[in-house]
Amino acid sequence: MIEALSYEFMRNALAAGLLASLTCGIIGSLVVVNRIVFISGGIAHAAYGGIGLAIYLGLPFMVGALGFSMIIAMIMAAVTLKARHRSDTIIGVLWAVGMAVGVILTDLTPGYNVDLMSYLFGSILAVPQTDLWIMAVMSGVILILTVLFYHDFLAMSYDEDFARLRGVPVAFFHFLLMGMIALSVVMIIRVVGLILVIALLTIPPYISEKYVPSLSRMMILSTLLSAVFTVGGLWLSYSFNLTSGAMIILVGGVAFFLSIFFDYGRSAIRTRKGAG
Amino acid sequence: MGAPVILLQNVWFSHNGEPVLENVNLAIRKGDFTALIGPNGGGKTTLIRLMVGLLKPDKGKIRVLGKPPRSVATRLGYVPQNIGANQRFPVSVLDVVLMGRLTTFRRWPRHSRKDKDAARKALEAMEMWEFRNRHVGELSGGQQQRVMIARALATEPEILFLDEPTASVDTKHQSEFYEILRELNRVVTIVIVCHELMMINAYVKSVACVNRCVHYHGDAEVTQEMIDMYQCPVELVAHGLPHRVLKEHNGDERASS
Repeated sequence: MIEALSYEFMRNALAAGLLASLTCGIIGSLVVVNRIVFISGGIAHAAYGGIGLAIYLGLPFMVGALGFSMIIAMIMAAVTLKARHRSDTIIGVLWAVGMAVGVILTDLTPGYNVDLMSYLFGSILAVPQTDLWIMAVMSGVILILTVLFYHDFLAMSYDEDFARLRGVPVAFFHFLLMGMIALSVVMIIRVVGLILVIALLTIPPYISEKYVPSLSRMMILSTLLSAVFTVGGLWLSYSFNLTSGAMIILVGGVAFFLSIFFDYGRSAIRTRKGAG
Repeated sequence: MGAPVILLQNVWFSHNGEPVLENVNLAIRKGDFTALIGPNGGGKTTLIRLMVGLLKPDKGKIRVLGKPPRSVATRLGYVPQNIGANQRFPVSVLDVVLMGRLTTFRRWPRHSRKDKDAARKALEAMEMWEFRNRHVGELSGGQQQRVMIARALATEPEILFLDEPTASVDTKHQSEFYEILRELNRVVTIVIVCHELMMINAYVKSVACVNRCVHYHGDAEVTQEMIDMYQCPVELVAHGLPHRVLKEHNGDERASS
């Protein structure tokens, strides 16, 4: 690993992975406790429309993907505002339409040879310095917003009605959260690709949720777990020359099943003790 | 006597075209302890949600503390019917109660000493202070209910709305719970949705029967009119305390038998 770091692309990959871990930890926790995994999946896949748009117009990836996902996220926010858990159909449609737009736009781009795989499974080994800076700014924005409005997000996620009575502008924070999801999704696409975004966004919070007593600690533990998964996956992919994005997710997946076995064992021991 | 703290005039509310409440007129005085009774689906929860400003009426006027409910929302305490829909949510008892201290855009993630004191006082009143660091999802239904009430108390409300607060409290703790409410009622006006008629008789000052229309009674008794028009005993029978009510009020059955 150390020798790998002598390559600039590896250093960049590591930095991109760690920045993505920070956003995954924070936003993933909010996504999981709000149970809006499906909406996040919709935003992530619709982002492909943005990638297509960027290719078609010759814009940088970040600009196209971010702009497009932001618009999709705001539409989804508007649709889900009244019933946060019940707008599956429209989300599903936006999910598919976004991807279709991306495919058509790349078709329409003359002479473009699409490297679909790099968007579907990430291209962490090809993150340029400029994208790294953009990612750093995005992570910073997400971190600051979360710290500043932590109690509002907590109250809104736990009990929307009560938060509303306390004067928390729930609609505003709903839109803000969707916007933050769009930001992080675009970042994470860089690392693991849009197919695997949901895994990296949800596996660490799912594991953390069981062991922590508060949302803030869930965010911290999820960030650490994401960092372990990304660095571990990156190292394995380097050592065995395998696709990095998929390797990161596999590491996360193994940890996920280990945690389930661990819980199962723990509760089995507890019941046996209780019986004896 | 003074002006009523809650005033509803010709209030209509419908949901998806189905009328839920029709032409509701209701005035609740300061210091009152009002029970809302009536059949399931009769609109009790809707009525409470209208009064705290979570719903807007189709027609009619609602004034709480002399103003539209939304503008005084922070002066109201609300204990919703469904407690802890998300049992896995990682949040401690103290953090839930501190939600009662939120204000619009507080902008800094620290709670002031005043907020912490109010939360402590509320938890102590509900005898839940020792559980403050526990994960809410690990507590029993009754304990979670107390946490929800502590959260409402932490807001230091002028009116406290409770939607079936004893649904998950076992019978043994119910009278204890009503004693706490009686104590609170010295300073706080209380509106409560409940089914236990025995409790209503012992603690409540007035009763409103809700079944699409609202029949309000200034005294703590269930009248013949309520029974005939609003089918209240149906609900009361279902909750296991039928005898006294039916003996006193149900003339129809006597006539038919």
